Amino acid sequence: MTLAEQEKRFQEKIDNEIKIEPNDWMPDAYRQTLIRQISQHAHSEVVGMLPEGNWITRAPNLRRKAVLLAKVQDEAGHGLYLYSAIETLGADREQTIDDLHSGKAKYSSIFNYPALTWADIGAIGWLVDGAAIMNQVALCRTSYGPYARAMVKICKEESFHQRQGYESLMVLCKGTPAQKAMAQDALNRFWWPALMMFGPNDAESTHSEQSMNWKIKRFTNDELRQSFVDATVAQAELLGLTIPDANLRWNEERGHYDFSEINWDEFWQVVKGNGPCNKERIEARVKAKENGLWVREAANAYAKKRAMKKSA
Amino acid sequence: MSNSTWPLWEVFIRSKQGLNHKHVGSLRAPDATLALENARDVYTRRSEGISIWVVESANIHATDIDEVDSFFEPSDTKIYRHPTFYEVPDGVKHM
Ligand SMILES: [Fe+2]
Ligand SMILES: [Fe+2]
Repeated sequence: MTLAEQEKRFQEKIDNEIKIEPNDWMPDAYRQTLIRQISQHAHSEVVGMLPEGNWITRAPNLRRKAVLLAKVQDEAGHGLYLYSAIETLGADREQTIDDLHSGKAKYSSIFNYPALTWADIGAIGWLVDGAAIMNQVALCRTSYGPYARAMVKICKEESFHQRQGYESLMVLCKGTPAQKAMAQDALNRFWWPALMMFGPNDAESTHSEQSMNWKIKRFTNDELRQSFVDATVAQAELLGLTIPDANLRWNEERGHYDFSEINWDEFWQVVKGNGPCNKERIEARVKAKENGLWVREAANAYAKKRAMKKSA
Repeated sequence: MSNSTWPLWEVFIRSKQGLNHKHVGSLRAPDATLALENARDVYTRRSEGISIWVVESANIHATDIDEVDSFFEPSDTKIYRHPTFYEVPDGVKHM
């Protein structure tokens, strides 16, 4: 079969909603796009543990501590499902992790913002996991089988992440004026970075069109961002908090909320590595890999010893 | 040996008595014991399983994707293996 025929057959499968599986023929660019997107996604799950992990020992009570621990543990699992999905595409897992450490691979810009107060942990669950869910629910129908299956599992686990964050903010909002002010401050700092999680505007998004044709993406960045805003406004009202955007208002004609333009300079600065915590995050990941070396070596030594005993 | 040389394991989980083990994903581990423990931590954090199998991916043999059509041809052409192939009069009950 010629390349053109193979490409035609591939696109027909996509158009007919037939999932692509690991050993199927696929265009090289499809494979590379998936490796890039899934590894960014995997790195985001792993780096995303850092701002929250920082608060586990400082959670206000045992319930919140157990919940936060379970959430962070879930994120580690999400990273693993996704690294496994990358391996089915023939990518080397260690290489993708080294690409993160060298700065070659990206992760979600949101995790380069610090979690300064306990209210930030609530805001992260509500807004950051909320935005991630909006993205991930859409990805459950992505055209590559292993990625879609990982997303289904992740989405099932994510729903408590958002709810626990919202619940935690609700407690603060019903608390003292100082607690409520802390919740408002967290919303003020996380609102715009959360909207940036959906990526550049459609007009600026370089990979969007091809990804839509391949059904890797099922909705555009702007569509997902709009859905997120539409879903979140009422949730903020219920908390009694104010979304920090003077131009936010319901547009009867569009049937959507209008909102201000995002500060794209800030977005690109953070993507390029100049956000408040970029350096710290990568350093923490590199250190974790180095400090874990003895554990991996010990596991190898133990496995070897047991194998020898067995064969003796 | 870095963990990139740890073998890849495929994970199968039985969610409850009476059901088959079902493939859920993969992971890397130095040996079967750790593969099982990792599989528990990664794939059964919410009581998803009562039994886990791990199989080294290298030990799995699969049909050739390029020969799917010819390989499965014998079954595609035998429509008389399906009950709908046979005509029975309307009056026949319990069949
Ligand atoms: Fe996650
Ligand atoms: Fe999450």
